[in-house]
Amino acid sequence: MTSKHHILSYCKIRNNTITLNEGVVFHEEDNSDFPTFIKSAYHHLETAYPKFFKMDDLSKLAFLATDILLKNEQLDEQNDNNIAVVFSNRASSLETDRAHQKTIQNSENYYPSPAIFVYTLPNICIGEISIKHKLYSENSFFIFDNFNADHLFDYANSLLEDRKADKVLCGWVEFDANHYDAFIYLVDKNGSIEHTPQTILKLYNT
Amino acid sequence: MTKVFVSHNNIISSLGFTTKDVVEKVSDEVSGIQLIDNPSLFNQKFYSSLVDKSILNQKFKALQPDSEYTLLEQMMISSLQSSVLASGIEIDNRVGLIISTTKGNVDALDQNNTFPKERAYLSELGKAVASFFNFKNDAIIVSNACVSGVLALAIAKRYISQGTYDHVFVVGGDLVTPFILSGFNSFQALSDTICQPYDANRKGINIGEVAVSALVTKNEGNLSEDAVEILGEASCNDANHISGPSRTGEGLFRSMQSAFRQAKIQPNSIDYISAHGTATSYNDEMEAIAFNRMQLQDVPMNSLKGYFGHTLGASGLLETVIGMNALKNNMLYTSLGFNELGVSKPINVIEKPQKTELTTFLKTASGFGGCNTAIILKKLKKND
Repeated sequence: MTSKHHILSYCKIRNNTITLNEGVVFHEEDNSDFPTFIKSAYHHLETAYPKFFKMDDLSKLAFLATDILLKNEQLDEQNDNNIAVVFSNRASSLETDRAHQKTIQNSENYYPSPAIFVYTLPNICIGEISIKHKLYSENSFFIFDNFNADHLFDYANSLLEDRKADKVLCGWVEFDANHYDAFIYLVDKNGSIEHTPQTILKLYNT
Repeated sequence: MTKVFVSHNNIISSLGFTTKDVVEKVSDEVSGIQLIDNPSLFNQKFYSSLVDKSILNQKFKALQPDSEYTLLEQMMISSLQSSVLASGIEIDNRVGLIISTTKGNVDALDQNNTFPKERAYLSELGKAVASFFNFKNDAIIVSNACVSGVLALAIAKRYISQGTYDHVFVVGGDLVTPFILSGFNSFQALSDTICQPYDANRKGINIGEVAVSALVTKNEGNLSEDAVEILGEASCNDANHISGPSRTGEGLFRSMQSAFRQAKIQPNSIDYISAHGTATSYNDEMEAIAFNRMQLQDVPMNSLKGYFGHTLGASGLLETVIGMNALKNNMLYTSLGFNELGVSKPINVIEKPQKTELTTFLKTASGFGGCNTAIILKKLKKND
């Protein structure tokens, strides 16, 4: 069976390395922590978006992966791009949830802040992406125990077949206690890679 | 095109533990919101709508659970039990489970909580609910801020249309916790009175808690009395701000446009709008602008936040179920807390209960992250 849709491009951020399709676009040799690594990557890739520094780590991860992938697609951002965003992970926004919990745990030292609290929702990273790339499109954030290619596949197909979107940006963006992993891919009518659960899983695992 | 229906359902809330009881209270204009003085939840008095935990406990014990469940899990399981039983559906591999929540068991992060911190992972909540009913498929958890409840229905429909499932049980729930109260308070979004959606004197939101469940199915047999068909749905982002709505209502407007396109009906076919109406200054104003852009300003509308407060990830599902009963009973329910129009565009807020023939309604929701959803539902059976 040939697939109706294709994967146009994909981007991964893991192990201090950023890859776009087959090629490495940024790599940091030393074992720097996530904040240092992502900041170096931001500068190296000439991201030039100061709001980036207000984001929590999950949003930074998802934002940068998306920015790299969509820049490469050379979208005309003066016009509407109907690209749906469908992200998933295991830990939701738990790392920022812990940060907010810390601000309210002790009544003697109570300092909840809207700047932290707003990021205690996983879909905020999709909001950040939508603002940057002017995406007035369908978005949803799913939580799964593990990367779930089957569900992302079904859901992307549904959005494309119902003409809710022209393209769908899917993926896994996980940030949990210093472990991070981003794998995003753009589904379109055309492209060189068949859109099937098997190919999605293969791209995720390699 | 597969027809998809929202059918058997249940609500667990401050206004009762069955949809029927809750709808009767709404019909009688009874609010579930009270002034709460509970320092273990919040360091000042606040208005909220809380589930009676002793009744919940009794109800849950009757299900003879064989392990420990968190408060939220008890609420979700109790609600789902009613919907599963009423549907008569056997849980096999064609039956899916979608859980809609913003924060799940986030209270497990608190040092004084007796559950392990791992319980705060939403997938653990999914496993707890799925295993209680022996679901053959893993729970799909939707966590998309305050639109989650409506979006979960749309997602259920999409998975059924794709042939992934024949039936999907959707359950939504969020608790009133120190985590949530402190956060919304830091935004200065909490009202120190009972909330007043669309009113000139509105001061912000009340947070409330519920668990709600509903069956979404393609099977036209054995539907509930209040069942509706999903004619169209959509979700669009504002692409504007992460914590404030668009001034032009762009995302909500586009969501409605897209939902109407799919439903293949015109806005003048809508008999009633169940809006989001959080009673914050910006949200209600944004909705009024979006409804006017859609030429829906004359359609009777309400916000149900004056009965339940804002119940976060469950609110859209809760308000859809009440809307289904509005259609079934041919009743427009009062938008509680509204006296004087406090938005810049005209809207037709329902000021007293009114009997009138209703067939089709629009449910909308908006949330942090700039997300918006709209769903159009049509009743199946004529009731008088």
